[in-house]
Amino acid sequence: MSVFPFSAIVGQSDMKLALLVAAVDARIGGVMIFGDRGTGKSTAARALAATLPPILAVTGCRYNCDPDDGERCPDPCTGDKARRVPVPFVDLPLGSTEDRVLGALDLEKALSRGEKHFEPGLLAKAHRGFLYIDEINLLEDHIVDLLLDVAASGENLVERDGLSVRHKARFVLIGSGNPEEGELRPQLLDRFGLSVEVRTPDSVDDRVEIMRRCDALERDPKKFAAKWRGEDAKVLRQIESAKAALAGVKTPTRALRDTAALCKAVGADGLRGELTLMRSARALAALEGDPAVTRDHIGRMAPLALRHRLRRDVLDETGSTVRIELALAELFG
Amino acid sequence: MVADALLAVRLFVSAPRKFGGIALRGFGPVREHLMEQVAGALAAHGPVVRIPPNADAELLLGGLDLAETLARGTEVKRPGLLDIAEGGVAIVPMAERMSPGVAAHLANAIDRGALAIILLDDGLDADEAPPPALLERVAFLCDLSSVRSLDISLGKQVKWGDAPPSPLKKQRSAIAATAFALGITSVRPILFAEACARLVAVMRRSEKVRDEDLETAVRLALAPRALHLPEIAEASAPEPERPESEPGMQDEADRDRERADIPLDDLLLTAAQAAIPQNVLDGISQGSTRLSGGQAGRARQKERSTRRGRPLGSVPGLPGDGRRLSVFDSLRAAAPWQTLRRAAVPDDARPLHIRKSDLRIRRFEQNRESLIIFAVDASGSSALSRLAEAKGAVELMLAEAHVKRAQVALVAFRHADADVLLPPTRSLTRARRALTGLPGGGGTPLAAGLHQA
Repeated sequence: MSVFPFSAIVGQSDMKLALLVAAVDARIGGVMIFGDRGTGKSTAARALAATLPPILAVTGCRYNCDPDDGERCPDPCTGDKARRVPVPFVDLPLGSTEDRVLGALDLEKALSRGEKHFEPGLLAKAHRGFLYIDEINLLEDHIVDLLLDVAASGENLVERDGLSVRHKARFVLIGSGNPEEGELRPQLLDRFGLSVEVRTPDSVDDRVEIMRRCDALERDPKKFAAKWRGEDAKVLRQIESAKAALAGVKTPTRALRDTAALCKAVGADGLRGELTLMRSARALAALEGDPAVTRDHIGRMAPLALRHRLRRDVLDETGSTVRIELALAELFG
Repeated sequence: MVADALLAVRLFVSAPRKFGGIALRGFGPVREHLMEQVAGALAAHGPVVRIPPNADAELLLGGLDLAETLARGTEVKRPGLLDIAEGGVAIVPMAERMSPGVAAHLANAIDRGALAIILLDDGLDADEAPPPALLERVAFLCDLSSVRSLDISLGKQVKWGDAPPSPLKKQRSAIAATAFALGITSVRPILFAEACARLVAVMRRSEKVRDEDLETAVRLALAPRALHLPEIAEASAPEPERPESEPGMQDEADRDRERADIPLDDLLLTAAQAAIPQNVLDGISQGSTRLSGGQAGRARQKERSTRRGRPLGSVPGLPGDGRRLSVFDSLRAAAPWQTLRRAAVPDDARPLHIRKSDLRIRRFEQNRESLIIFAVDASGSSALSRLAEAKGAVELMLAEAHVKRAQVALVAFRHADADVLLPPTRSLTRARRALTGLPGGGGTPLAAGLHQA
């Protein structure tokens, strides 16, 4: 199945914005997509990964080692030859076992030759790329624990079956799920930098356009890709110039105060909300070519950065997004 | 509160094994920032090992190195994490989700004096807490969840030295009396409080343990473990006889004299009481305390399964019919017999001789699903208010569903008919959508009563 071009996705501007911002600054930490099935969640994530430029990795390394990194690789990968590989995009299916996720002993080599070899798991394959977890709210508790641990430490340590392997595992975590099917632990939600809510498009025109484009892709993928290549190239240039400009974006004191006031007003838990809001506002400013962070940037990123960090007050019927919008209106006018 | 927490961390890092360990509650950037400094400081004392969340007994204690055993033909053992951490510190992330088995091994290691632990407690609610057996063995319980600034730094380590000052007998009995008044029956906190007072005295470059050092120790080591509030005696201290002095001028000597007149026990008790954290106070008033956290109730009961859940080792058996072979354990069972079996059939060049009796199947443990059904009488005049109360109760339960993992359903009965207003679900969002037609929810008496429970 060929990849749907990122720019060809109809509507879903919030989701596309969140993915772009997450791509500009990896420290923002991934995107959680709440929504119904069939709203293009996995399509969009996959499409973005395909749009990004290939990365430089040591030839033949199973852990996607960066040749400039100098970190020891579990395999004896020789750092001299490097080649460009596409940005890794790994799906974590729902029924995944620990072995599959973390990696396990290569039994064939152990049995036939008595050699200890580590078979890398999904986390190794996702290093320096994206890990996409569909229906993350239905994932087994113990797998969620492992993911949280790796996301927190940035490396995967496997000590079992007589193995002791440590490898880097830094990736952008993209989760999707329908909140009606199960709640996510707040500790896991906090790991996601941004969150978006997607709904199936209301307008008939949009739906017709979606059907038309999917049909075009199926019938002639090459032609379809060629048609949208120009737009995708624009997106890529936008991301690259944003990355370059990010360090130079000014963050005036007023912006810092606005951020703090907003987080306090909505009662966001902990400090991570403020940090994420600040980082994503800067990334947005960089994407749009602005020299400094303004209230507008903060206001637009606030729902994405904060909606999943508000303490659920059962006695309060208003949804999180509405609470943020109310606070924005009150503070910023 | 923040200053106390930082001081506790600083003391722990200076002499880890004297204090058994420390529990740091509150996930987020603040704790991450602090842990970076801690890890750097601890490296000077010995090995620092991270215990992963999927640790089991074999990982901790060591086991067979399968590949080496097969290659060499003799049993080769692999050291466990606890062996590697010997003499140093073990860091335990997600401590509130630790299984009792792992907790037992760690507790054992602490009792032997082999290592100290740092419990990273990610819990949010009052009943999400690390196992009591480990909380008992760590000196300090710190809560960083309300800290809103990254501007924290640890400060220099304090050397325990050869002979830190020892407390006097009356100081020791004051510590013990304070602990008793707070309802702390175990002896360990008292010993930790003494060690804390001694190190604080060294930190403040004092030659003996002064009352301020005791106050600090009591705040750090005893207050967070209070199980009930002390009854302060009504008798007040006698008025100190103050010589003629300028009004408004109270110098060091006067303050010391005043302090000396208040019994040491009361002084420490007041200091401890002022330092009891808010969540502990809430727990006391509600009749439960954080130290009794962990698994509770039917919703957390586990059941054995051969299909899915957290891995729970293996047992002898034949695979098939949903039962999965545990290749590693089967090989491990076969490994010791290889030499004998090979010798029995010298012409057979097979690398591995496996019999049926070696086969092991994997077992898992999953949470028993529980379903709570609210059956409400929807006939009569007060039906609406009853339904409203039930709606409130349902929402309250689901708000905590991620902790308890119980499903909730709501059925309304009217004479001979029944309506399923809410099919079994674990999701608050779905419950809200299904029950929007009903009035109420939230602040109703039944909901309030459940909140209390």
